[in-house]
Amino acid sequence: MSDKIKFTIDGVEVEATPGQTIMQAADEAGVYIPRLCAHKDLLPFGSCRVCTVMVNDRPQAACTQPVSAGMSVESETEEIRQIRVNLIEMLFVEGNHYCPFCEKSGNCELQALGYRLGMLAPKYPYMFNKHDVDASHPDIYIDHNRCILCARCVRSSKELDGKNVFQFVGRGIHKKVAFNSDTNLGATDVSVTDKAIENCPVGAILKKGVGYSVPIGKRMYDTQPIGSDIEARKATAK
Amino acid sequence: MAKPKIATASLAGCFGCHMSLLDIDDRILTLVDLVDFDKSPVDDIKKFTGRCAVGLIEGGCCNEENVHNLQYFRENCDILISVGECAIMGGIPAMRNTIPLKECLDEAYLNGPTVYNPSGNIPGDKELPLILDKVYPCHEVVKMDYHLPGCPPSADLLWEALVALLENKPMDLPYEVIKYD
Amino acid sequence: MAENLEKAIREICELNGNDHTRMMDIVREVQQRFGRVSSEAMDFIADAVNSHRVEVESVVSFYSFLSEKQKGKFVIRLCNDVIDKMHGVDNVAQAFREELGIDFGESTPDGKFTLEWTACIGMCDQAPAALVNDKMITRLSTDSAREIIKSLKANGDENRLTHLLGDGNNANLLVNSMVNNNIREEGPVIFAKLDAGKALHKALAMSAVEVIKDVKTARLRGRGGAGFPTGMKWEFTRAAEGDEKVVICNADEGEPGTFKDRVVLTERPDLMFEGMTIAGYAIGAQTGVVYLRAEYAYLRAFLESVLADRRNNNLLGNNILGKEGFNFDIRIQMGAGAYICGEETALISSCEGLRGDPKNRPPFPAQKGYLANPTSVNNVETFCCVAQILDKGAGWFAEMGSTGSTGTKLLSISGDCTRPGVYELPFGILVGDMLEKAGAENPYAVQVGGPSGQLIGKADFQRTICYDDVATGGSVMIFNEDRNPLEIAHEFMEFFCEESCGYCTPCRAGNELIKERLEVIMKGEGTPEDLDYLEQLGKTVAVSSRCGLGQTSPNPVLSSLKNFRGEYEKLVKENKDGMQRTFDIHKALATGEELQGRKSVIYAD
Repeated sequence: MSDKIKFTIDGVEVEATPGQTIMQAADEAGVYIPRLCAHKDLLPFGSCRVCTVMVNDRPQAACTQPVSAGMSVESETEEIRQIRVNLIEMLFVEGNHYCPFCEKSGNCELQALGYRLGMLAPKYPYMFNKHDVDASHPDIYIDHNRCILCARCVRSSKELDGKNVFQFVGRGIHKKVAFNSDTNLGATDVSVTDKAIENCPVGAILKKGVGYSVPIGKRMYDTQPIGSDIEARKATAK
Repeated sequence: MAKPKIATASLAGCFGCHMSLLDIDDRILTLVDLVDFDKSPVDDIKKFTGRCAVGLIEGGCCNEENVHNLQYFRENCDILISVGECAIMGGIPAMRNTIPLKECLDEAYLNGPTVYNPSGNIPGDKELPLILDKVYPCHEVVKMDYHLPGCPPSADLLWEALVALLENKPMDLPYEVIKYD
Repeated sequence: MAENLEKAIREICELNGNDHTRMMDIVREVQQRFGRVSSEAMDFIADAVNSHRVEVESVVSFYSFLSEKQKGKFVIRLCNDVIDKMHGVDNVAQAFREELGIDFGESTPDGKFTLEWTACIGMCDQAPAALVNDKMITRLSTDSAREIIKSLKANGDENRLTHLLGDGNNANLLVNSMVNNNIREEGPVIFAKLDAGKALHKALAMSAVEVIKDVKTARLRGRGGAGFPTGMKWEFTRAAEGDEKVVICNADEGEPGTFKDRVVLTERPDLMFEGMTIAGYAIGAQTGVVYLRAEYAYLRAFLESVLADRRNNNLLGNNILGKEGFNFDIRIQMGAGAYICGEETALISSCEGLRGDPKNRPPFPAQKGYLANPTSVNNVETFCCVAQILDKGAGWFAEMGSTGSTGTKLLSISGDCTRPGVYELPFGILVGDMLEKAGAENPYAVQVGGPSGQLIGKADFQRTICYDDVATGGSVMIFNEDRNPLEIAHEFMEFFCEESCGYCTPCRAGNELIKERLEVIMKGEGTPEDLDYLEQLGKTVAVSSRCGLGQTSPNPVLSSLKNFRGEYEKLVKENKDGMQRTFDIHKALATGEELQGRKSVIYAD
């Protein structure tokens, strides 16, 4: 293909199609760049900042930054690793993440990034802010304690479900996900089959009646770090 | 040469982390060769008999006795380790941290649906340690040197970490042993 | 009541074309009429403009001048920025509390008064200041605070509060304000006379490309702070694909300590509108928008009258000054209290009737801005420079200032000085000379560029004010030796925490963590390691934040750590015994002791 362009990630040459983001090109090339808000089926959002990379020595989010020929991207440097760990730790102390009893544990992307990046415990103080739980819907419950404000539900509902169930209200540390209803989630037109429910990366939006369905040891990130599927593409390519 | 000493404590925890320590199976024989156990529920030694190399702390601080005990450990141990989620972030007991203490105690001793308490008092007997306004992670009370996550941390994690510490080697923990649940 | 509400909302939405992109105007109007945008109102609005109620709620909950909760008839917003605090706002606040019997954040039971704190309202040269609804009250004292309440109670009209009018156009009937301009030094660009239409006339005699070339030759850079070359921005916007193009004037002057645009809007609106019209011609736009911060609503009627005059004189409208096919008009878009909306993409979001969240770049506004049209957003002062450049020549402009920073700069100077106010000074002036002009008294620290700028000390007083050295969008705050750099930094961190939009992790959570640790150090409970912690944390926030707010929000701490490290070092102590000084067992036990009905034996005093 003659319309391909070339750039480097950590010094290794990668091919890309013009118009792709750095993350899309990296994924195709089997190079995993950590991310939380980004999702393959959703438009880039750029809120978690975990995919921060240095592009020609300037920080950019890999999920929103388009590729250009000859650009030099740094991803796996110690400096960037530290920034990513710091961001993950911020999310852990900002919410109330009780992994030991969370149904998402083992399949949670936030937790998995903590594992992958080697976080043993956050160095920041826990905020212990009060957040609500909404269990008004017969099939779904939302625990705002675990929400990382990635907007996957907001975007999935709009972009994939053709609904408008979720949106953010408030700002700063008081920002939270609200529902398109004057009362609670139960009064919205959300459905348990909505992509908005499935695409939550953490245990903030869960289906009722499922519980701890996969035994410890067999869960998604028990033995394989997050991103292994993408990195496997590189092995296949070679 | 005298063997280094280890001490352990369970503060606001469930003893699950101690169980996990015992879960190292026959490696416990190697451990006994490497160290002596000092103050610990394992051997029921109540007071430090001397300076310890390592103190393993399970549980966070939910009452004054936890704080006192933790400070006692800090004074007597060279290295203190938060073992498990409760020590690290308060764990399950810390779920009360977003609720005012009065509301918690009222629910537990006065208003809860299964409460029978004709006196209408919240227990305050001298034998009961006074409760803190919230559950504090250990490192908010004293300086903690290391954190080993998990609920409980796996026996392998505890073993790897202890051996590395005792042999003065860097902790090179395999992916599978770091878990927060 | 419910019926009235519905009817009123239908009317308001109808007036705004039932257009959801005019959400700001709709919710502002509802707020003004009903003192709130209630849950019920959100449903009516969503229905009228064919949106979703959660989208309306999202907007209402974002801006500090909008609320779901009922506000009093008179909302008193007292400015609590660092300069106001230095000028005794705490005493003024106490007077308000006593007079009304309520605390800040509360309303009186009769529904008449609401008392609130607000961030910088652009009156640092006449602090303490407050807004009573849209009315600006300056130079407050405890006495005047009490009088204000008495007058409002007696007359029920905030317009009867002003007795003495300010200078210049502040005394214009349409402004009718006690605000003073405090113009201390007039320079050759902003304050030089220029008849309305003169520069525009010259511009229209040239081709659009030549106009842009002039602006480039003058090497004009954006006056808002970032300093992007204006001509280049216009060139990109002109070249971008799109039939509709838009010129936006950023009059959301919110950087604490900045008030120069207030003076330009009051005294030089024609110059600004002229520059905007020239921009419209240069990039091929028909639409101009002035985004005016809610705090400056008192200037709106006056600005509208200037626009009307310009329309009457064919300086706006169709075939402007006889130029066939050049149609351009300007509308004013009011903000609703959000500092982030000074960031150009957040400003565009707000103009579109959304939360003031910044947008992802690319695409840049020049490619896809307001309603996806190519858009050039420029500062109030930048447009004024443009008009003068077109009149007096690019060469004339480029000769002033320094090589990388041509022309003059408006500075808003406040704090510990005898002559606070607005100064038009050539770029390249020494910080020390600037301080002398302002009558700085024993300057110890100077915050240049507002909270997002730098806190500099005496060692930097020999440096120059320009884009390549000590850069500023206009804010200069002077602090004498009695002031504490840590307290200053803390004020600014509170500001950033309050104003973060919350979109990205580092700015939303990171700033809270910086503030927390700064407080620990200020209480004397910090350790030397906390200084490294702050530097690492600050760096993460600066590097990984999504927009300029987050990228600069750690500056108060990082620059004071660099320039006033000794102030930090004298507060921190090594932790030798391993006990955390931040942990207070007596405080932790206080509630338990009360509820369990006994004192601690273990921790008896």
